[in-house]
Amino acid sequence: MKFAVIVFPGSNCDRDMYHAVKDQLGEEADLVWYKEANLADYDAILLPGGFSYGDYLRSGAIAATSDIIAQISKAAKAGKPVLGVCNGFQILLEMGLLPGAMLPNEKLKFMCHYETLIVENSDTMFTRSYDHQEKIEIPIAHGDGNYFCDEQTLRELRDNNQIVFTYDQNPNGSVGNIAGIMNEKGNVLGMMPHPERAVEALLGHDDGRRLFESILTHWREQHAINA
Amino acid sequence: MHKVKIHITLKEGVLDPQGKAVQNSLQSLEYSNVQDVRVGKYMEVYLEESENLESQIDRMCDQLLANPVIENYTYTIEEAG
Repeated sequence: MKFAVIVFPGSNCDRDMYHAVKDQLGEEADLVWYKEANLADYDAILLPGGFSYGDYLRSGAIAATSDIIAQISKAAKAGKPVLGVCNGFQILLEMGLLPGAMLPNEKLKFMCHYETLIVENSDTMFTRSYDHQEKIEIPIAHGDGNYFCDEQTLRELRDNNQIVFTYDQNPNGSVGNIAGIMNEKGNVLGMMPHPERAVEALLGHDDGRRLFESILTHWREQHAINA
Repeated sequence: MHKVKIHITLKEGVLDPQGKAVQNSLQSLEYSNVQDVRVGKYMEVYLEESENLESQIDRMCDQLLANPVIENYTYTIEEAG
C-alpha cells in the first residue's frame, strides 16, 4: 500500500506520520510537497499536523485554498482513505470535506498531553482493529481544537455514526466531546489527537498503531476483492 | 480603486473564549458594567474597479475571508485614491 503524506509550509508532524506508515507499518510512503504533488498513484492520503501558513486567518484556511486541494477532494470522492490529524483535520474542515469548524480551546491554552479517547464507531476503515467503546490513550497537541457545529449537524453526525472518537474528559470544549469525525461515506477521517505519536510502546503508548493497521487491512481486503 | 472595509464577527451562539478572557480582564480593571465582549476581525481590501463588485466581495468572504460555519461578515465600499 502506498501512502502520501502531504507537506505544507508549516507542517511539523509530517515525519512522525511518515514514520508511522513507513517504519512501523512497513508500507510504502512519500513525503509529498504540496506544490509538486500528483496524487493519482497513492492509495491513501495523510494530512499531518502542524501550523500550515502559520495558522494565518484561521487554522487550515490558507492551506485549504492550495492547488493540491482539488486532488485531495478527487481522492476522497474516489473512496480512497483520507486522514487528517490536528492541522490536517482543520484543513479538512476548511475545505469542506468534513462539516463544522474549529474554535480556540475553551481555556485558550495550547495543550499537549495524553487524552483518553473512546472509540465510538469501530466499524470504519480507520478503526476496525479497535473494539466498540474501547478506551485508548492518544496524545493531543493543539490550541484550536474546540470542535464546533450547529445542533442540526451534530444530530446528523450522530444519526449517521460519523462521530468516530470522543474524549473521555473533554479538554477543549468541543461540542459532544468530539475528538474525531468522518464523512458520511466513511473514507475521510479528521481527528485532533495524534495517533502517529502513539505507535511504539517504547515511547509511551502504541494505541495509535491500530488506526494505521486498520487502513492497511481494509485496503488489502479491497485489493484482494478487486484482483 | 475601491477600499473595502470588512468586519468579520462570530455568529451569535458561538462560544468566544478570547472575548470571554478580554471581558474578564475588563472586569478585573473594575469596569463592572461590562456585560459581554466578542472579538472579531477587521480587514481592508483594495480592489480595482470591476463589474459585480459586491458579488465578488461576497464570494471572497464565503470562500476564504470568513468561515460561514462560525462567522458572519459585513462590509462597506469606499472610493480610494
